[in-house]
Formats: sequence, structure tokens, C-alpha cells
Amino acid sequence: MYDGPVPHSRFPGLRRRGFLAAGGAAGLGALALTGCTGPAASGDAAAGGRPRRGGRLRAAFAGGGANETLDPHQANLFADVARAKALFDKLADFGADLSARPRLAASWEPNAGLDRWTVRLRKASFHNGKPVTARDVLYSYRRIADPEKAFRAKASLEPLDLTASRAVDERTVAFVLKRPTAEFPNLLAAFGAYIVPDGTKDFTAPVGSGPFRFVSFAPGRSAVFRRHDDYWDGPPHLEHLEFLVANEESARLNALLGGQVEYAHELTPTTARTHEGKGQIEIIRLRNSAMQAFAMKTDRPPFDDRRVREAFFLLADRKELVQGALSGAGEIGNDLFGKGYQFYADDLPQRTPDLDRARHLLKQAGADGLRVTLDTSAVAAGFTESAAIFRDQAAKAGVRVKVAMGSKDSYWQDTLDSGTLCCYRSGAMPLESHVSQRLLTASTTNATQWRHKDFDALYQQAQSTRNTKDRAAVYARMQRRLYAEGGFLVWGFADWILGTARTVHGVDRRAPANTLDWARFDKVWLA
Amino acid sequence: MTGLRSWLLRRLLLGAGQTAAVVLLVFALTEALPGDAAVALAGDQPDPARIAALREAMHLDRPAAERFGAWAAGLLHGDLGSSLVSGRPVSSYLADGFGPTLLLAALTLLLLVPLAGGLGVLAARYEGRLVDRLISAVTLAVYAVPEFAFGVLLVTVVALHLGWLPPTAVGYGGELLAHPAVLVLPVLVLLSRPVCSLARLVRAGMIDALAAPYIAHARRYGIPGVRIRYAHALPNALAPAAQQLARTVDWLLCGVIVVEALFVIPGLGTVLMNAVAERDVPVLQGLAVVFAGTAVVLNLAADTVVFRCTPRAGVVA
Repeated sequence: MYDGPVPHSRFPGLRRRGFLAAGGAAGLGALALTGCTGPAASGDAAAGGRPRRGGRLRAAFAGGGANETLDPHQANLFADVARAKALFDKLADFGADLSARPRLAASWEPNAGLDRWTVRLRKASFHNGKPVTARDVLYSYRRIADPEKAFRAKASLEPLDLTASRAVDERTVAFVLKRPTAEFPNLLAAFGAYIVPDGTKDFTAPVGSGPFRFVSFAPGRSAVFRRHDDYWDGPPHLEHLEFLVANEESARLNALLGGQVEYAHELTPTTARTHEGKGQIEIIRLRNSAMQAFAMKTDRPPFDDRRVREAFFLLADRKELVQGALSGAGEIGNDLFGKGYQFYADDLPQRTPDLDRARHLLKQAGADGLRVTLDTSAVAAGFTESAAIFRDQAAKAGVRVKVAMGSKDSYWQDTLDSGTLCCYRSGAMPLESHVSQRLLTASTTNATQWRHKDFDALYQQAQSTRNTKDRAAVYARMQRRLYAEGGFLVWGFADWILGTARTVHGVDRRAPANTLDWARFDKVWLA
Repeated sequence: MTGLRSWLLRRLLLGAGQTAAVVLLVFALTEALPGDAAVALAGDQPDPARIAALREAMHLDRPAAERFGAWAAGLLHGDLGSSLVSGRPVSSYLADGFGPTLLLAALTLLLLVPLAGGLGVLAARYEGRLVDRLISAVTLAVYAVPEFAFGVLLVTVVALHLGWLPPTAVGYGGELLAHPAVLVLPVLVLLSRPVCSLARLVRAGMIDALAAPYIAHARRYGIPGVRIRYAHALPNALAPAAQQLARTVDWLLCGVIVVEALFVIPGLGTVLMNAVAERDVPVLQGLAVVFAGTAVVLNLAADTVVFRCTPRAGVVA
């Protein structure tokens, strides 16, 4: 068993002291301190090999301070979600292509009308030995949907009629939906839709069905979990998992370099470039984790004219934006959400800058010499940089973009209904969720004010189409429309960057942030 | 002595007034900031219905004056209220953050006073000579380096390159004292600038005092040099240093945000940062009470020391 840092090539003896200081903090005593005679971190270790059992992995995340909670339904930050998925399960979760994969649900079966779904649960037990039953599922979902509360997953579960839904037997739930929902499994995988034991209100020492059991929790500081040996998906390799909070990226990186943690979440592209392939730590880039866009409000001048929107699509030099605003850590976009995800229309030609055509379109629309204000804020990485780069790109076609810096704390609310053009980004979610949350007449966060009855009808048609191939055809139609005249100028997809010690193996390299295999510590081992 | 007592009473009353003003100001400024706790929690999912529900759950739908009144009424009973976000009592936030902050402040102070005093007296003793010039030059140079730059430098060289000390305190949480190695770098960073400013003040004060007519007179009486320096000159030299020391202690106790963030020490500065980011007004107000109270008490203590050391200050006041 080896849970110290990578031996330092130049000062191995001195390094050992740092390790002992770090190891002593474990405080649990369950882990015998072995000396720092671990295996030389060499090429064979990097290849992975057979998973090894045991050890303690310390993972550093940015956190929410003393307000942090282990209530999985209140999960909000990446750190919350990582802790929640260690302790709890959802009925389904998203694969790397954002399609729903069964988890606690063994299977799901719709009726002909797609508005009744029968979900069979797999045999699984909570940490206290009690089985996971249909009652627990209904309790959890009803708790999330409580009109008195404001849980984040409430909006995702909105299509469910939870009064009419019922438990058929111990391990079968009959869900009643308010309308046909072909993408029902997405609901089961929704952000924060975890299954907790029936009646749970207190989460100070939570009991879940996840791969790790609760040991201790100090909000804003650390959470210690232990292996759940009876985990239905096979027990984790790690004996202990500790989540540590370090809000500054430099602190997470220093702790990783200094052997105080083995996993550091959310590093910057600059850090990645500095340490990639240098042998001291492993850099992992999770592709397609965050859509980067400019959102044009399609219901007001100048963007209520589709020619102006098309002109803006043609103004953007996406390569320059990815290089400049994301430091190259990402790929270019094609004005559509969800590159690499299920149903993504990858057959549409990649847009490239065409200033002549843009000028022509603007002239046609009577918008030559156009002035626009682009709202931005330091609320997300690359926002202010992308705004400045786009301002210069637009100037080449005679469009004067004024960049307006907004408040970081209310940016998303401020730009939802006001302004005409703003910086926008989105984490990973299925195409269906992107549409239902942002592009329907009734959508609650419709940042492009895209409201079209015929588009709503296409969405309903997709939701009433059982056959996946036919549904893909409907999604393709919707995306062609958005590609031609939508309000999102999607210029890129940012990588999500992690760093691990070289002793860490089994970290998935394809899963976008927030999907099943991201921060999935039950599959990780220390060599 | 009655003069001192009535002066103390006046100052205490004034301090209470100042604390109340600070708390009111913090509340007003937080209200004036864009967004609130509900908007902050909703983040990039600003669903209006959810924000409204969050506001209702946090009682943010009530008028500002009513919320402040309810909080102030609680304060009179010693109740600092509870967090908008977690619902836990504010006092537990302050208690959690106070431990690491107090530990860092105490350690820094313990080293600061003898170090700065010693350097200042030494420089004054050899005024104009090599020792003095060396101390003056080095203290000026170090004083000019901002804490974060010095901290980053120390972490890079001492912790990461040489591997002598752990780079951060991540994972040690409340048990910092059990791992003294993690405290070395943060205390060094905290010491760096105060040592310089205090040493320079003590030096200047000593030189002034040693040049004063009463010292010359004491010499004429044949009082030994050591006694003159430490019993007669030093108390006078300490007056300006005492006030600077109070400001330093105030800075140390009211959350040294940069050092806490760099070394991942969960003290009051971290509590403050999180409370501002989450617009957790009751926690902010609790911190304002503590910080303002600390500032008042420390300055009062410093003035009392000055009052005692240099009775002439009382004449001027």
C-alpha cells in the first residue's frame, strides 16, 4: 500500500518529511503508515495494469465553504456532486455521449403513448443494509419536487406526475407523466436526482447506496468516506476517499505537486501546458465539457433579423477564439450545442469566417455600421477574453461591438432577459435538456429568447417518437434550423482539466464533467 | 485616575457606536450589491421561479428594514442569527474560523514583538553604521514585497523545489497545531511586512528619544547606558510602535485573506470570502460585529498603552 507522493528525483529524503506530515493528518488510524518506499513511478505504472485494492485517495476541489452540505438534492458545485455520487446513486446517469445509462434502475419500459414508464430497480442496498425499494425512489423524487422547496432537480422532474406515480412492488415503480416523454431516462439521470432512503431529512451522517460510506464531514474543509463492500456495481478499489477543499487553483496545484493530494480538480490551461508530459503529475483533459457561446436575443433588434444573426455567425473566427480565450484547451464549435453527444448534427458544414458575406448580409438587413453591446463578466474562464477577441473580429467587418463588464454575482440573471448580446456557456447535458431548458416557448432560462411554435411542435414530436432513429431525424431538423438562424453563436467547447499524481489509475479520460465517469472514484486505484 | 476611567468609558461608548455604524454600513452595502443569496445560489440556472422560491425560503422577500430589525433584535439577546444558505447558526461559522485565525495571529505576534523590537533597538544603537544600514535596507526591501508574491516565492522554492516543508495546509483543517510544519510558511509570510514596519518605527522612536534633552540630562546624572536605553528611551519609542502593532493585530485577527487562500487555511478570511460570494448577509453581519469590535478594543488598548507610556499624550489629548 502506498499513498504518499511521487518520490522526488532530486531530494527523495527531504520529500519523505513532507509525506509523513501529510500522512499524519489522516487521523483515522485505519491506514497504517508505510514508509515512503513506494514503487518507482515509472512507465509501467503509467500504463495502469491490474487494479490494486486499498489506499486512501485525497481529492482537492473548489468548494462552498462552511455552507456545504451532504444533502445530495442540494448539490450545486462540482465538489457537491462528486461527494454526492460517492455516497448516493441515481436511477440512471449519463455516459460520455450524454445518453442515459441504467444505474439503480435495471430497466425502463414505456407504454405505447410514452407517458407511462415502468422502471425496475436492480438489487441494491443502502449502507445500513436495507434494500433500495420503490418507496425510496418515490420519496426522493417527491422530496425534490416539493413545491415548498427549491431543489435544483425540481425543474428536470417537472414532467413527472408524482401523485399518480406509484410503487407496483418492492422493486418496480410505475411512473405517470404529464405528457409523452421519449427521453424519460434523462430525467432519471438529472443533475441532483439522487435516491435517498425513505423518510430521510437529516444528512449530517448520510446513508446512501453509493460506492462509499460516510465517515466524517467538516463543511468547507474535508469529507472522509470509506469503501462500501456490498456495492452493487462492485466494491471500490480504494479503502478511503477524502475530499478536500482548496478554492484557489494554485493551492490545488501546489498540494498536488507537494504530494498532499492525489487528485486536483479544475486546473487552468496554463497549468496543463506547463506540466503536461513532464512526468511529475498526470494532466487529464476531459473534452467537450463546456459549450462556449455568444447568445443573441432573437426577439429584439438587431438580432430579430435572421440575416444579422447569420452575419454574426460569419464574423467569428472560432480558431482564434479557442486559442485566445481558452488558451487552446478546447475545440471549435459550429453554432450547435453538444458536440460529440448523442443526436449531435455533425454532418453540417463547419462554419468559417466570411467577412464579405457578413458585410453583404448586414447591408441587406440595413444594418451596416451596426453598433452592439456585448455583455460579459469574469464569471467564467475565458468570458472577458472572448468578448475582447470578438470585438476585434467584428470590427474587421465594420461592426462596432462595445464590451460591457457586468457584475459577476448576478450575471446570469442580468443577461437572461436584458441586453441583446452576451457571453454564454453551458456544462454537459443531453441535447433534449438543452432544448427544453433554453429553446422552447415555456423554457425558464431562454437566454436567446427563441420562441417558435413550430420549433416547440418539433420538440413535442421528438418526445412522442419512440424509435431512436426517427427521433434523431427530428433532432436533426431542429438543429438545422438552429444552425441556420438560431441565437447561439457556439464558437467552442472547452476541455475540463484535472491533475493526478502518477500513482493514480483508472481515471476516465473521455467523460465530460458531470457525467457518470467523471469524478468516479469507485473505479480509481492507487498503484 | 478618574481621568483615565472617564476617558475609557467615553471611548467604550464611542466604540459601541462605531461597531453599530459598521454593521449598518455592511448591511446597506451588501443590499446595494447586485444580486442576493438566491441569485448567487441559482448561478447559471437563473430560473425565475426557482429564484423566487429560494427568496421565499430565505425570507429575502421581506423588506430590508424588517430583516435588519429582526437581526438586530436577536443581537441584543446575543443571537447572531443563522446562515441564509445552510440555516446553521452564525456563531458556529465564527467559532470554526476563529481557531485557525487566532493560532496564526498568536504565533505571528509571539515572534513579531521580540524580532521587530530587537532589530529596531539594534539599528538605533548603531545609528548610521553598517548594522543600521543593513537592517534599514533589508527591512525596506522586504516591506516592498506584497504578501502574495512573497508567499508564492516561498511555496515554489522552499516547499516544491527543496521539499523542506508542505506547500499548503490542505486537509489539516482545525488541527493545524498538531502539524506545526504547515504553519511555518504562512507565519513567515505574515511576519514579513509587519516586522519591517515595526522595526523601522522602533528604530526611529529610539533615535528620537535618545536625542531628547531628558536623556542627555539622565546621562549627566550618571545613569548607566543600559538603563537609559531600556527604562527611559524605549517606553517613549514604543508609543508609535504600539499603535502600529494594534493595527497589525487587527489585520491578523480580521482574516488575512491572501495567506489563507494561498495556504488553504480555513480562518475568518475564508469565511468572509465565502459569505460575500454567497451573499450570506447574516454571516457577513456577524463578521462585521466581530471585526469592528476587535478593531475598537485593540485601538483602545493601544491608546491606553500610549497613555501610560507617555503621560504627555494625555496633556495633548
